[in-house]
Amino acid sequence: MKLGLGILGAFAVIAIFGPLFVGDPTLQVAVPMSSPSWAHWLGTTGQGQDVLAQLVCGARTSLVIGIFVGLSQIAVGALVGTTAGYFGGWVDDVLTTIVNIFLIMPGLPLMVIIAAYLPTGSLTIALVLVVTGWAWSARVIRAQTLSLRDKDFVLAATVSGERGLRIIVAHIMPNMTSLLVSSFIGATLYAIGAEVALEFLGLGDVSKVTWGTNLFWASNDSALMTGAWWTFVPTGACIALVGFALAMVNGAIDELGNPRLRREDAFLAEAAARGVALGVSTPVLRREA
Amino acid sequence: MSRLVVEDLRVEYLTAKGRVRVVDGVSFEVGPGEIFGLAGESGSGKSTIALAVLRLLKQPAAITGGRIVVGGRDVTAMSEDELRRFRWREVSLVTQSAMSALNPVIPIGEQIADAIEAHESVARKPALARAAELLSLVGIDPARTKSFAHELSGGMRQRVVIAMALALQPPLVIMDEPTTALDVIVQREILSQIAKLQAQLGFSILFITHDLSLMISLCTHIGVLYAGRLAEVAPAAKLTTPRHPYTQGLVTCFPALHGPRTELVGIAGAPPDPRYPAPGCAFEPRCTQRLAICGTCAPALVRIEKHHEVACHRC
Amino acid sequence: MSSLLEVRGLGKTFSAHRALADVTFDVARGEAVALVGESGSGKSTTARVIARLTPPTEGSVQFGGARLSNRAFRARVQMIFQDPFASLDPIHTIGYHLARPLVIHKRVTNKSELGARVRALLEQVGLSAELVRKHPHQLSGGQRQRVAIARALAVDPELILADEPTSMLDASIRIGILNLLRDLKEQRGIALVFITHDLASARYLADRTLVMYAGHIVESGPSAEVMDAPKHPYTKLLLASLPDPLRPFTSAPISSPSKSGCPFASRCPEVHERCTSLPALHSITTTRSVRCHAVSASS
Repeated sequence: MKLGLGILGAFAVIAIFGPLFVGDPTLQVAVPMSSPSWAHWLGTTGQGQDVLAQLVCGARTSLVIGIFVGLSQIAVGALVGTTAGYFGGWVDDVLTTIVNIFLIMPGLPLMVIIAAYLPTGSLTIALVLVVTGWAWSARVIRAQTLSLRDKDFVLAATVSGERGLRIIVAHIMPNMTSLLVSSFIGATLYAIGAEVALEFLGLGDVSKVTWGTNLFWASNDSALMTGAWWTFVPTGACIALVGFALAMVNGAIDELGNPRLRREDAFLAEAAARGVALGVSTPVLRREA
Repeated sequence: MSRLVVEDLRVEYLTAKGRVRVVDGVSFEVGPGEIFGLAGESGSGKSTIALAVLRLLKQPAAITGGRIVVGGRDVTAMSEDELRRFRWREVSLVTQSAMSALNPVIPIGEQIADAIEAHESVARKPALARAAELLSLVGIDPARTKSFAHELSGGMRQRVVIAMALALQPPLVIMDEPTTALDVIVQREILSQIAKLQAQLGFSILFITHDLSLMISLCTHIGVLYAGRLAEVAPAAKLTTPRHPYTQGLVTCFPALHGPRTELVGIAGAPPDPRYPAPGCAFEPRCTQRLAICGTCAPALVRIEKHHEVACHRC
Repeated sequence: MSSLLEVRGLGKTFSAHRALADVTFDVARGEAVALVGESGSGKSTTARVIARLTPPTEGSVQFGGARLSNRAFRARVQMIFQDPFASLDPIHTIGYHLARPLVIHKRVTNKSELGARVRALLEQVGLSAELVRKHPHQLSGGQRQRVAIARALAVDPELILADEPTSMLDASIRIGILNLLRDLKEQRGIALVFITHDLASARYLADRTLVMYAGHIVESGPSAEVMDAPKHPYTKLLLASLPDPLRPFTSAPISSPSKSGCPFASRCPEVHERCTSLPALHSITTTRSVRCHAVSASS
């Protein structure tokens, strides 16, 4: 949890303040394809741009898109999921059908097609990702809503005279906070990966600096064949690191929500201090009365 | 010789926020053929004691003091291997949730036979025959040995669990709220069956329930627990005129079915939080008969007459 | 006595399972009526249908002799649930739970009045006003059930449906809740529909008791009369099954309810050929009714 949050925090700081220190990533500043040096810590690209500057500025666009897509997906998913789950009946039938249609549509090909038809740009990429991803959150949120809907505290709120919308916002949503947060993290993780993939395929705006276009250009310049590892390894490593950190935070949230996964450290320490081996049976840890 | 001797038993939960003592110096004995009832409210420690006797309490619970003697041997000194042989053969357990005690995908007759084979070297056929015999003992048609748990009613399932508990003819059976999940009519059925079997086979029972009136009609001896300590121990008949203020309050908590409608008062307040134990008697804040000493010094369980023990400064 | 609540021919079917059939009864203003039965008897379903939490398959519920909108209905009829650990939202404070009905039904005009009313509600149910800021998990079961009662009282209802309000509570706490409900009835004239499986509590609290079996009302009458002289074989069996220190345990036959005819026929010690048809709930005195072929007005 701490490590995951630490990595994410570091990336947030880099994304927010980094571009102030590294200069313009689009300018040609040195000989193309020069390897890392004191002047350019991570070398330069095929266009002679500074890789470090590209990495740092790319972090800003990629993370912003990731978070924006994550939030949008959860917003749409929560709206559809809670409405379908709480109201049930024909509302549920209609919404569930729509969700299922989006679920069975193959995601990546659809993304490619939509992205190819719309004007290129970050907003397009974000839109495509929200359209193809929201149904997953809608489905889990609907399932959770169904189980919360029959809880006594929801029935009691109904008896008090609360209206449906208020019950959803004040009772159902707050009681699935951990689900919402973990779906958000999952959606962000997916969005960062998918965004990189689309841009790597050249479906984004290749004149913008993002992690995806960095890799697109590296590939375009045959970096792998020429052995210019510095043009793609840093970006790849950052993507992996962010993904790893998000997954770790997600796991930690699961643990917080599920006490069964929590370990009783005080208990284990006491048993260990006495040299008592723990088996299936209740240990006897005698104390002077 | 007593079937079960519990001596100054202490059980604590070792949590990150500190130790919580849930059983605090409890002592009692269950003699041959006795039905000893442990009564108490939620959090009083009654189920904790039942599971402690079998060393089946889960983390982070630990036995932190006292002895539990069954058949002359101290359970708190047993190794895992010894415990495995000890459980079921010498003390068996019937719990509240029969559904979770039975495997849903194995026929009930096979399950009982499995339990027998796990402890005795018998062949499959005689084990199955014993299972059928046990089922008829608890009033289930032996033709139903091939039934699955979900095909039986709640009462029948609880009978199967009782049959399984008796499979190895243990001298002591622990029953933890065996009828709480059942309706009153079925509950009465099961309890009369238990009383009949007990008279017939002579095993002892440690019977745990929150329902004092049920306990008085079934048990021979009763111990009343309050906040992890025994408040009063007496033969069942004597509990109709209890001496401890808590028991006195409990007895008057039940509305009558017949006779004049009288105003009942119950017991004011709520049981204490075990995380913050008080220095004096745990019942003192709710007691209508408290003395000055009650707030500072916890009373010991003392014998006031033969078989009747009370932990109260007034007695 | 004018009827406050009129329940007529209520039926409820959950996918092939018939949970309620022909449930008809009245509750007068200020009257306490107990619905007694075992699990699956339909007593809780009856309460939920009356509370408009689930629609009936057949029959009707009339309240106050008029057709009411949901909101108007909820300002006059409230409900208390069985499990006080589940009926309060863990997210919100006690103060929030009590303030909401006051706000929804416009019982207060400003913030300071709201605070005062919430504190007054807590005091009415015997709780300290300091609990306002606490969350449900910081309270004991008995305290939570009192909060649930206070929430029901906020709108000054004419009828409270109490669905097994004491069955999850410890014995020493129960009687306090029963006394609180009885005070509401006697001092404020609130009518009660008290759902319970405990005949003794029904007698303690309710003027009249209706006994339910397999979705049918099988017997009704003044509580003391039903307990002292039960007429229906099921009521007799139920009473005979209660633990009694003076009576040793005896057996009674058990089987599932009959699917057609009298639902109790499969267990009834007095079963007869005519029991293959469902008997009507018929009056045997001015105050008592029984659903049994063997019991007639003269007996």
